[in-house]
Amino acid sequence: MDFLQPTSLSEALAMKAERPDATPIQGGTDLMVDINFDRARPSATIDLNRVPELMDIEHVGSDVWVGAGVPYLRIMRELQSDAPGLCMAARTVGSPQIRARGTLGGNLGTASPAGDTLPLLVAIGATAEVASSERGRREIPVRNFIIRPRHSALESDELIVRVRVPKARGPQQFGKVGQRNAMVISIASFGLAFDLDQRAVGTGIGSAGPVILDAPEANAHVAEVFSTEGLWDSAAPLPDGVAKRFGELVGQAASPIDDVRGTARYRRHALSVLAARSLKWAWNEHRETTKGTRA
Amino acid sequence: MTDVTSTDATTTPWTTIPSPNQPFAPAHPAQPHRGVPGGVGTSARRPDGIPKVKGEFAYSSDLWAEGMLHGATVRSPHPYARIVSIDTSVAKSMDGVRAVLVADDVPGAKVYGMEHDDQPVLAWDVVRYHGESVAIVAAEDPETARRAADAVVVSYQELDPIVDPEFAISGDAPELHEGTGNITRHVKIRHGEQDVSAPVVVTGRYEMGMQDQAFLGPESGMVLPGVDGGVDIFVATQWMHVDRGQVAKCLGLPEDQVRITLAGVGGAFGAREDLSMQVHASMLALHTNRPVRMVYSREESFFGHVHRHPAWMEYEHGATEEGDLVYVKVRVLLDGGAYTSSSTAVAGNAGRFSIGPYECPNATIDSIVAYTNNPPCGAMRGFGAVQVALGHEAQMDKLAAKLGMDPVDLRIRNAMSQGSVMPTGQVVHNPAPVRELLEAVRDAPHRELPVVGERDVIDIRQLPGGAANSTHGEDVRRGVGYGVGFKNVGFAEGFDDYSTARVTLSRGAEGPIVSVHHAASEVGQGLVTICMQIARTELPVGPAIVLPADTQVGSAGSSSASRQTYMTGGAVKQSCELVRSELLDRAAGHVGVARAGLRLADDGTIRNAADGILLDDVTELLSTPIEIEREFRHRETFPMDPERGQGDADVQFAFAAHRAVVDVDAGLGIVRVLDMATAQDVGKAMNPQQLEGQIEGGTSHGVGLALMEEIQVVGGKVRNPSFTDYLIPTVLDMPTVQMTIMELGDPEAPYGVRGVGEPPSISSTPAIAAAVRDATGVAITRVPIRPDDIVFGA
Amino acid sequence: MKVTLRVNGQTVEAEGVWPGASLLTMLRDDLELPGSKNACEQGECGSCSVLMDGELVCACLVQAGQAEGRDIRTVEGLSGEGDGDVGDVQQAFLDAGGVQCGFCTPGFIMAVDHLLSHEPAPSDETTREALSGNLCRCTGYEKILDAVRLAAERRADGSAVATTGGAQR
Repeated sequence: MDFLQPTSLSEALAMKAERPDATPIQGGTDLMVDINFDRARPSATIDLNRVPELMDIEHVGSDVWVGAGVPYLRIMRELQSDAPGLCMAARTVGSPQIRARGTLGGNLGTASPAGDTLPLLVAIGATAEVASSERGRREIPVRNFIIRPRHSALESDELIVRVRVPKARGPQQFGKVGQRNAMVISIASFGLAFDLDQRAVGTGIGSAGPVILDAPEANAHVAEVFSTEGLWDSAAPLPDGVAKRFGELVGQAASPIDDVRGTARYRRHALSVLAARSLKWAWNEHRETTKGTRA
Repeated sequence: MTDVTSTDATTTPWTTIPSPNQPFAPAHPAQPHRGVPGGVGTSARRPDGIPKVKGEFAYSSDLWAEGMLHGATVRSPHPYARIVSIDTSVAKSMDGVRAVLVADDVPGAKVYGMEHDDQPVLAWDVVRYHGESVAIVAAEDPETARRAADAVVVSYQELDPIVDPEFAISGDAPELHEGTGNITRHVKIRHGEQDVSAPVVVTGRYEMGMQDQAFLGPESGMVLPGVDGGVDIFVATQWMHVDRGQVAKCLGLPEDQVRITLAGVGGAFGAREDLSMQVHASMLALHTNRPVRMVYSREESFFGHVHRHPAWMEYEHGATEEGDLVYVKVRVLLDGGAYTSSSTAVAGNAGRFSIGPYECPNATIDSIVAYTNNPPCGAMRGFGAVQVALGHEAQMDKLAAKLGMDPVDLRIRNAMSQGSVMPTGQVVHNPAPVRELLEAVRDAPHRELPVVGERDVIDIRQLPGGAANSTHGEDVRRGVGYGVGFKNVGFAEGFDDYSTARVTLSRGAEGPIVSVHHAASEVGQGLVTICMQIARTELPVGPAIVLPADTQVGSAGSSSASRQTYMTGGAVKQSCELVRSELLDRAAGHVGVARAGLRLADDGTIRNAADGILLDDVTELLSTPIEIEREFRHRETFPMDPERGQGDADVQFAFAAHRAVVDVDAGLGIVRVLDMATAQDVGKAMNPQQLEGQIEGGTSHGVGLALMEEIQVVGGKVRNPSFTDYLIPTVLDMPTVQMTIMELGDPEAPYGVRGVGEPPSISSTPAIAAAVRDATGVAITRVPIRPDDIVFGA
Repeated sequence: MKVTLRVNGQTVEAEGVWPGASLLTMLRDDLELPGSKNACEQGECGSCSVLMDGELVCACLVQAGQAEGRDIRTVEGLSGEGDGDVGDVQQAFLDAGGVQCGFCTPGFIMAVDHLLSHEPAPSDETTREALSGNLCRCTGYEKILDAVRLAAERRADGSAVATTGGAQR
């Protein structure tokens, strides 16, 4: 096993182009488990810890560009106001030790439908910027990043550079269900983001399909009811039944299976419950904020 | 890193710390103790505490020896298959590989076992469970060893695994062990009338999943080849003498050529009673004539030890309208997996304790353990009593509900007490304060708990799901539940249960020193502290040290069955008393007075009958050391007769009760345990702080079993051999445990002690199940309780 | 491969390290510092917790080469040579009875030391969240929480025992 340690992005991309078989490592929170458990023996690893370009958090207009190598701990410290839902999701990743090392780049690169930050990234319409030395940079919507479990849209000569996180344009929520009160891989997870400017709702569903899913019908339902009822302007309480219907539609959008962590039936149910609750929390938070502003 | 080849390597670090620290004030002070600092009844500090906090304590995975090789194990991926061929040629030819061994290379007996020799050291014709050992490898480094293990080509012909214990014993299944009908043991207990009816009847079926001990220190150890052709084994184990017997047999060596020293043990809980790497590493060491280290990974650890038996239980309780039990009928079916391990004893316990600590004039009990192609099951904290406690406690709640009675009142009405008769006919000779324990947990103060509401939630970390943000109070319902349980202390059913201690009083550089040598395993429970406390109390003449546990002294029995304080503590006490007697003999001779009336005072002086000081320093009596080694036995137990299960099978009974308060997010089926109150009769709180730690830790095992811990086996295959998917409680899952400690001494036991390690693991699980039932109205009949069970169970 | 790093204030070199090895394996097998423990090697138990450039991490998840040039603190760095020469968090674990089998203890001690250096008076919930990455199988955690409270109190009132390492140095 070779250990490659580039110190710049261009060097890293050159290495990846030369060694498409090499596995990038950032926080190591997934890859090292595979190596320790003798499930993976990459021919080489490329340590991205020393690539400064991957460690930046940049505010550009209505977006925050979060470097692929920024650990969750830093996201939680620095992005509370711009990406509250992402921070909620980051807080549920593993343990404090994992959050000190794990990164968005790793969550994407591992391409697990249980990746904790991914539903929220899908809900807010985040994109991953990837690069190759030959073809330069391109953006891939997080929604399309996972092709199937453990396989991503990344080409073998590409690295994930950063994630474009649109700044919050409304309340966000993230919740997950696990059989333990901490440090647990989700049985199901759900991200929700209101875009008050666009008068839209975004969703992301984790651990309930081969990829991270969204629930366009659920999104459309809420947007439509809100428009019909004038909620976007009035910030009135949620009409009866909206949250429940939203939950049902989210549950229907899921494509879960039975596995060691839970049953398909439970996952669908749990997503309905989580989605309904999240919608209420998010909307109530918006109403509180609005009240606050008006007062 | 501890070099086991250096001269002081076998000295565990605690032997160098002679004096006790200031006792830490316990939350629940024990009875006044005798006035010896650090003696019995004080919260004396652990002598191994300092090396443990400094990271210097040498666990079995920390050992190192010059020129050592690293071992690896080839395991079966199939639960049941015929081995067609094993090709080791590629593995043997790899650089750095020093040995690749298979069953033919086992020098002695090819099978071993604690009760029956039925488990292959290395499988040769058939593998009977997923993860069974087939070949072993030694190489110059761990990675080469792993690669070589991968390169061993085993050709299997897969067979249909027998995974349902009911089918296994039906007579229709092929036999996994010839002549058994796949029944490892069928315990029948027939107590009182067998054809009796009652006006009020409740029935129920209950199920318990397969729990893992999940100790943190993986199976590991080091074996050095001896110049005499024998082996020196450094290993984390619970019972080195029974290890030695099995290892010697498999190596074809006399027992005295198998020398075992206890390496640091990172928890045990039953999982280190059976062998893991002991024979394998010994074979590799003898074959290569090099030291061999083996360290299991966490994944391998799940295949490297036995688990708690899953259980299927059918109960029928008959009672009067007033709530007096008339009869209980129980059928317990345990899945023992592929090999016997300690299944027969577990089945015995499950039978004897199946109706709980209640008086009932009539009982019909069948406890059956089956062979299957599932992972072998054996000892785990609570040992058979844990499974049935789920059943008998659920039944008591069900009966109370049917009678319209308070569930605690019903339990108290039927509670066993001293003098009660067990279903085996045995009279409970020791105090049995079941009523008092139940009253104590019922009356324990309710702690201030988070107020649940849809708004004004202060901190989601206090709610079910915690920071996962799954509820802000929606659907959260509170419930309270009770459980009480009991089991035996020590080995039962006629087993010759003893422990050995050698106590030496000698003259050290700074005065007299008391050395205690025994072979009992310190597994974290604090036995080494207890033994030092006993030595200080009985021989308060100088610092007490406990020598490393090894096979150079007689057997201490296993660190299991809540027995070591009673048994090895008893052995140390007995030997200390004999040393003291000899010391007084010498004093009498030395001063030239009569022996009668002399005593050793707590201040270390020898006094006469008038309490005058005869000698204030015993050093001068120790020109030759005083050394006593004796075996200590508890009173005899007897087998249960095979037809009716009658017999005085048990030594001592230990009791505990729990009250659980839970919040359940009924919408998602997620549970948060908010409070556990427990009460336990410990006979004598030898070390209050350690005692509390045992109770809190034991309770946490019960919390885990109730809510999350299960080895999932599908088609004979283990699906979650990792800490990612086998979940044990975190600090956010465990509430504070409030406890009431009772000290009702057992007159037969040293200092009146009652075994304390297991009872907290017995009553905690049913209390939580009851609390979840109370919160949700769902008839919880299975643990661990899955979110599905709550959400879809209503 | 060869890795040069600082461990407990000393610059050290590990030679012949297998590139797939973790920082944990390198510490334990190559640098003769077995205090950090190998309970799960999948980041679930925290028994290998060390500080890397001041952040609490699982050493089992850091590839050995990633530690090149980094500043690592292990449990061995919190105490001195003598028997009684232990850090204040270590002393609190001894006093509170937070040690049983002890396999989780080094990791917990690193996590508690790190917590208290950032949050001298943590609430119960904050402590629990901060320690939720460290599993203990023996104690049920209560005595460990007692140790945190004790260490925090002693630091607050200045009665912490002299320490030769850790956050106090």
